[in-house]
Order: sequence, then structure tokens, then C-alpha cells
Amino acid sequence: MNTVTDQVPAIEAVGVTKVYGHGQTEVIALNDVTLRVARGEVVALLGPSGAGKSTLLTAMALINPPTSGQIIIGGELVMDGEDAKIDLRTFRRKHLGFVFQKANLIPFLTALENVQVALEINDTPASTARQRAMYLLDHLGIGDRADNLPDALSGGQQQRVAVARALANDPSLILADEPTAALDSHRGRQVMELFAQVAHESNAGVIVVTHDVRALDVFDRIVEMEDGRLLESSEHTGVGAP
Amino acid sequence: MNLAVRDIRHSFSRFVFTTVGIGLLLMIVMGMGGIYRGLIFEATLLVDRIGADLWVVQGNTRGPFAENSRIPSNIEDRLRALPEVTRARRFVSHAIQRDHHGKTLRMMVQGLAWPDDKGEWVSLVAGRSLGQAHFEIVADRSLGLALGEQVKFGKDVYRVVGLTTGMSGIAGDGLAFFTVSDAMAIQFDSPGEAIRLERASRLVRTGSQDFGRAQPLLLERAGGSSSGISELPRPQVSAILVSLNPSADVDEIISTLSTWSDVTVYTAQQQKELLLSGTVDKSRRQLGLFSALLIIISTIIIALIMYTLTLDKIHDIALLKLIGARNRVIVGLILQQALLMGVFGYGLAWWLGQYLFPYFPRRVMLETPDLIKLALITVLISMLASLLGIWKAMRVEPNTVLA
Repeated sequence: MNTVTDQVPAIEAVGVTKVYGHGQTEVIALNDVTLRVARGEVVALLGPSGAGKSTLLTAMALINPPTSGQIIIGGELVMDGEDAKIDLRTFRRKHLGFVFQKANLIPFLTALENVQVALEINDTPASTARQRAMYLLDHLGIGDRADNLPDALSGGQQQRVAVARALANDPSLILADEPTAALDSHRGRQVMELFAQVAHESNAGVIVVTHDVRALDVFDRIVEMEDGRLLESSEHTGVGAP
Repeated sequence: MNLAVRDIRHSFSRFVFTTVGIGLLLMIVMGMGGIYRGLIFEATLLVDRIGADLWVVQGNTRGPFAENSRIPSNIEDRLRALPEVTRARRFVSHAIQRDHHGKTLRMMVQGLAWPDDKGEWVSLVAGRSLGQAHFEIVADRSLGLALGEQVKFGKDVYRVVGLTTGMSGIAGDGLAFFTVSDAMAIQFDSPGEAIRLERASRLVRTGSQDFGRAQPLLLERAGGSSSGISELPRPQVSAILVSLNPSADVDEIISTLSTWSDVTVYTAQQQKELLLSGTVDKSRRQLGLFSALLIIISTIIIALIMYTLTLDKIHDIALLKLIGARNRVIVGLILQQALLMGVFGYGLAWWLGQYLFPYFPRRVMLETPDLIKLALITVLISMLASLLGIWKAMRVEPNTVLA
């Protein structure tokens, strides 16, 4: 278990509600959800399909504005209901990292370039970006595949490149949506351990939506959702852990 | 990092095939422009090269290139009598189509007033100018005649003594230079039977009149060669070309000639303007409109290509948006690809044109100002064409990545 090192939470979702449709077609995907994740903390978001996990994740990722409630990242009010308080794309570029079920690498860029592009988008000079990208790939154990296109990488290697890309700009928050779904249990566990490692090393908050209960011991906290609400959260319970 | 170049590198064969397609389309646009220029060049070529200051043609007509013009050849002598006229030459121009070695031979016959005009002003690539009053031709290479080759027109055989290149008439037929008398002989050649029938007809007509019955000698001449009958009209030519003393007052001479009611006079510039506004005007406008249409079609095709290429990358674009890429990064990706396709397509069009256009039946002239204009148009249509793809890219939501 890690020690939470920063008093300001990495993210706070306060009273977040998301409603789709109107009248009889109205669906409440998130119902007054409040969640705080500290810097350096690794949180698993569990729950059945339709529980609202991905909706909460996309709301916190600033790509799916809530109907009401606030999103505060690094102490800064970012979303108040549907109103963006800042330029969301710029904020995502500087403060957020994303990992998905599929690695979502850009197919025409090499592994190195896929990481480098995230840095260059954030105005890092090309040579510095290249060095940093290479460092991250080396650190994640795939430096030898840096010049390979995504097609030439295994699923696990692709996911490591995606993690490297998410870490590229030293984000304060990493959001992952079922990052191990396409991997076998061994590779899946490796990726989860990787999240824990980078969260602790870079002091970033990490929220992982997952169905995979085999590696829950890796997380600092497990939060369960059902019908758009948060249930009990437990600290390092190892629920469902092998 | 240049995303456009990396995407092209990754899908290189697709880029090459698409660019080849665009290049061929641009080559057609370039060719249409070249044909347009060639048409103007060919139409005005003879007027430019022949070096006459004034064209004296049949009264109330627009000259031999616009319509039939027939004036008596002795007007040449009247013109020579004018002060400041240094030279007056008969000129004959007409098109003929004959069979030669089983193939159709179509040419613009140009009659030169030999020996005053031997065609020294015609640039030769082989052989020499006309050296005798009859039976010699200086022909353009496009006619397919070889130096020394003999060709039969009417009852006479003519020998090719000189070759030119790039000398074509308004309709694109190669020019062939003869002496005026030969050109007229070719024009008015009649079969022997037709001549015999005309002589017999003349005998009957003259014999039925009082003067024919009263003058047996006249009746006898009516049945002979037409050249022996002085009462028959003089041979007619298409125009008389007049050269003036360099210090001459052209307006004054035109003013004088305008009092001659049997002829109309044009300066060389007016003759060119008549050609461009009359004979070739519709072709020019048709080519111009067709070129404009092709440019519009090219823009639509490139736009659809760019749209399809953007759709192929829509997931990657959504990802770039998600990780915070600015719009200019995404716009740059699409716009740079469109521009690269346009630029490479243009280069290919130019390169292919150098090899293919010389084989076109009509002259295709690629002039630098036109090439620069088309290059700018290509850049413009590439930018316009990318708008559809950019519009699509701007509309894609970052959360599409999660779908």
C-alpha cells in the first residue's frame, strides 16, 4: 500500500449527476455521485454493466459533461454542471492521461512516435520529447520495440505503449477504462501493477474501471457502483483477489 | 512531428495511386489549357509570320480566314502604284483533302506570289524554299510528307522541296506552301470531261446569240481554252498582302484604300483580332468552359478523396482530440496531405504532359504563366477540397475513441 502524499486530491467529483433523454425516455446514468481520489492513489471502479462506471470515467475525463455536479481536478474547478470553467482540451493535454480497453495507438506512428506525439502536442521540443518517450518505453520494458508500428506489437506491448503515452506529460490523473480486458490474466496483472507503480512513482491519481477481480489486491481502494450510485468503498480489501 | 508525412509513409501505395489519379486529372486540365493556347497560336501563326502590314481582301468581307474572299489578282498592281507601298503580294489560302498512298491527306494550301515571295520567311527544318514557278511544295512535317516525295494534285505532280515544323492552320491542318499559280491550279482543277462539257456548252451558248452567229472567230474561240478568251474574268486570289515603308502613315493609307469600294483593308493586328473573335472564338470559349468544369470536377473528386481519407483516420483524430491536440494539429494533418497530393499530382501532370502532349493531333502549348496559374489553382483547390475532411474532423467527438 502506498502513502498518499498530497493533501489536494487528484480529482473530486462532487454530486455528479448525468441524465440522458427526457420524459419517459429519461435515464439517470449517474445519481449524485461524489468521489475523491488522492494523488498517488490507485482506485478500482467496479460494478456490473450499466452501473455507470464508464459514464463517471468519461465525465471525469472531461469528454462527457455531467448534467449537474462539479468536477474539481488538482483543486481547480473544471466543470460545474455542463459549464466548462476552462479550456477542456488544453486541460486534458496538460493534466490527464488515458488508457483504454484497446490500446488505441495511432497505426501510422511507431511505438516511440505514439508516445512522442503526446509530448509534442503539449509543446515539448521534438528532441526532448523523443528522449522522454524513449525513457518511458525503456522504463516500461519495451524500449527494444520503439521503432515498431503497433501492428507489429503484441496486445500487452501495445497496452504498455498506451500507458507510456498516458504518462508522457506527467499527468496528475490517469483514467483507464478496462485496460486489461483484451489481455490474459498474467498480462492483465502486469498492467495493473504497472498502474500502481507509476501512480506511486509519479504521484498521480489513477482510476481504473475494471471487471477483472483477479488483480484487485494491486489497488489502494476499490469503489463499487450500481445503478448510477456509488456503493461502499473499501481500502485494499482484496475483494475477489486470488 | 509531421503526422501527414507519417500517415503517407504508412499508406504509401494508397497515396501513390490516389496521387496518380489526381495527376491524370490535372494533366487533362493542363492539356485543355495547352490546347486553348495552341488554338490561338495556330490561328494567328500565319498572320504573324507572313510579315504583311496590310491585308487587302474582298470588299465587305472579313478576309480569307473568316470567310471566302475573292479579289482580282490585278489589284496587286493597283496597290503597288500607291506611295509608301514597298511590296504587294498575291495570297491564296484554301483547304484540300485528298487521298495519298491510301491515306487521307488534308492540308491548308497557301499560295505565295513567286518569285516575289519564295517563302523565305517560313522557317525550314529541312530542304529549301520554293525555287521555281511550278510543281514544288514546302510542307509541314505534320502532313507526313518526306523531303523529295512527289504528290499528285489534279493533273500535276509536285515535289516536296522543304519541310517546316509547327506550321498549322486554324483547323489544325498542316500548311503547305505552293506558288500562287499552283495553288490556284489545285483549287480550280477540273476533270478533262468537265472541261470538254463546258467548252461544248460555251459553243452552244455563244452560237445561240447574235454576236456569236455574226462573228465566227469568236465562236471558234468559245470552243477553245478559257485562257484564250480575254473577256473571261481574271484569276482571283484570296487576298493581297501589302508591305509599307516603315515611315509610312498607316492610317492615311488605310483611309485611301477605304475609298476603293471593291476591297476592304485590315492591318495585321485587325486580321488577328478577326480570327480570334470570329473563327476560333467558339472553340476558345468551349475550351475555357470545359477547363473550368474540369477544375470544379477535380475539386469535388479531391474533396471526396480527402473526406474518405479523413473517415479512415477518424478514430485517430478523436484520439488526438482526447489527448488534447489543438485543432491546428488536426487541420494540418488533413490540409498537408491534400496539398502534398495536389503538388505531387501537379508535378506528375507536368511530367507526363511533356511526353504525351507532343503526340496529340493538335498543338498543346504549355506556357509558363499558364503553368504558374494552374499551380496556384491546384493549391487553392487542394485547400478547398480539404475543407470537407476538416469539417468532418472538427465535428468528431473525443469520446468516439471509447466506442
